[in-house]
Amino acid sequence: MTHEKLSMAQALNRALRDAMTDDPSVVVFGEDVGPLGGVFRVTDGLTAQFGEDRCFDTPLAESGIVGVAVGMAMNGLRPVVEMQFDAFAYPAFEQIVSHVAKMRNRTRGRVALPMVIRIPYAGGIGGVEHHCDSSEAYYAHTPGLHVVTPSTPTDAYALLRESIASPDPVVFLEPKKLYWSKEEVELGTRPPAIGRAVVRREGTDATLIAYGPSVPIALEAAEVADREGRSLQVVDLRSIVPFDDETVCAAVRSTGRAVVVAEAAGFASVSSEIVARVTERCFHSLAAPIRRVTGFDIPYPPPKYEHLHLPGVDRVLDAVDDLQWEDS
Amino acid sequence: MPVTLIDADGHPVPETGRALPDEATLRRALASLITARRLNDQAYALVRQGRLAVYPSSHGQEACQVVAAQVLADGDWLFPTYRDTVAVVERGVDPVEALTLLKGDWHCGWDPYEHRVAPHATPLATQLPHAVGVAHAARLRGEPTVVMALCGDGGTSEGDFHEALNFAAVLRAPVVFLIQNNEYAISVPLARQTAAPSLAHKGVGYGIPGERVDGNDAAALLSVLGEAVERARAGGGPQLVEAHTYRMQAHTNADDATRYRADADVEAWVARDPIARLSAYLRVDETAYREQAERVAEHVRDGLNRDVEPDPAQLFAHVYATETPQLREQAAQLTDELDRSLDDEGALR
Repeated sequence: MTHEKLSMAQALNRALRDAMTDDPSVVVFGEDVGPLGGVFRVTDGLTAQFGEDRCFDTPLAESGIVGVAVGMAMNGLRPVVEMQFDAFAYPAFEQIVSHVAKMRNRTRGRVALPMVIRIPYAGGIGGVEHHCDSSEAYYAHTPGLHVVTPSTPTDAYALLRESIASPDPVVFLEPKKLYWSKEEVELGTRPPAIGRAVVRREGTDATLIAYGPSVPIALEAAEVADREGRSLQVVDLRSIVPFDDETVCAAVRSTGRAVVVAEAAGFASVSSEIVARVTERCFHSLAAPIRRVTGFDIPYPPPKYEHLHLPGVDRVLDAVDDLQWEDS
Repeated sequence: MPVTLIDADGHPVPETGRALPDEATLRRALASLITARRLNDQAYALVRQGRLAVYPSSHGQEACQVVAAQVLADGDWLFPTYRDTVAVVERGVDPVEALTLLKGDWHCGWDPYEHRVAPHATPLATQLPHAVGVAHAARLRGEPTVVMALCGDGGTSEGDFHEALNFAAVLRAPVVFLIQNNEYAISVPLARQTAAPSLAHKGVGYGIPGERVDGNDAAALLSVLGEAVERARAGGGPQLVEAHTYRMQAHTNADDATRYRADADVEAWVARDPIARLSAYLRVDETAYREQAERVAEHVRDGLNRDVEPDPAQLFAHVYATETPQLREQAAQLTDELDRSLDDEGALR
């Protein structure tokens, strides 16, 4: 086991490199992923190390990229494709929804599509329009896809390795604003599988449920709350689909109060699904209605407005304050 | 001008610069054409009898479909649209399995790997990038596979048509794109689909050769498609072939073609029928081939008249490799619901 201090982008790069080394059927392609190494450098050096047959630039056409990956997965390879930005993946939507998600089902299990669609997503980096969408709900709503999003470099490595090895297609959502966050990464560990949430911070008074870019916000809020005398537990979903009802519900039952934190607009969202699921299962353990802290129901705002839109520590703590505490 | 080797009256066209396929090859095509026509007409009848939900017939287009399958080797792949059931069957898929989608027992009725035939594509042109992917993967794996990707004239307006041809060209993928230009996309005529001089011209924009062929002349199709397949197999890259044909029946049984085209237009194409012209050229009595056609029709009738009891577990079994906890819950809920709807004797309450 090796320990290295890596950013999330470097951890993802290492995951691709290790997967390509271990399995010759893994191929990487997309826009600018070749000699440039991707606009976020996640594919840096792969063409040089593995050659143009294993990591290559494609024409600028997202539907074509995903559609070609479908065919390659049908014919014995494990494609890992990059959509350059969240909103630039929409041209591929028909391929993802009608083919990637359904091929196994249409063919009664005869044709599996072991492929990964990597999508840098969400905001917080001052990106201009069409570069900051939180598009997870579109994919999570589509049966047949796994939808995964890491919040730490260690998880980025582990979840990407596992996604590439999965017999099912995975939409792998990479929080852009966490690409440069660093930590000591333990390579070669066996973290919880896709479909398992983890408790990132223990706490007894209320549970914050977050995923991807919102996990650091939740952890920071818990830190501040701790100084103010309130003990908040933080659950990191890691995997939106499959959803880990067991871990999430056990956490909420242990505290009796919960706030869901997510960047995406709240209406008809993953956050609303979480509230519905937890309420259905934990109603009698709840001391207060579950609150949500989400982006507003607006198109993603211009860079100079995004601080007003994104869930922040204060908004999370305000929501926690609203959880009908007996002493307030 | 489209390549024609045998004219509508069954006479060989002089000075085409192409050799006519040998007689055995043409007889094999004719046998399949007669079976294919019977299959089309049997399926059409089964819709009226309520055994199929709908059938998009390829009556009149059988030469394109039969030849598209016949020019392929065993290791090649075929990517059909919803109108290409005849091509699917010619490739070796059991016709009953080929009609599963339209019968409603499941989506794709066959194992795509058994005969290397992709599922019917009902969204337009979305199968074309898949065809490119299969071909490119084969090339990376060092396999001599060629992929025959089928598409209609309407499908050429879709973005995926453009993206697939462009990818195939850039990757030099061994794909033959066969457009069956049957003049109508449901009700919309070709003139409202494109301003290009021909659909084969579209190849120019991608840097791949485009060829036009008489889609009702099996001999010309064998020559042009056979050449395109061998060229692709030899590393020559993709090719676009536009076969000019005609959809003799409505889009499906649910369509009323009299609302958008004149009977006289259809009549004009009767004289260009692909079967009549090939049997005239070969001077054969078609009845010699009818026995096989009737056997297939009977097999189809038997298969489609057999009701398959839906198995509720199938709903959940193929969404993921391993059922998620949520799907296990939902499957159990449905099982419970069905159990409760049965009385003690097991009859539906």
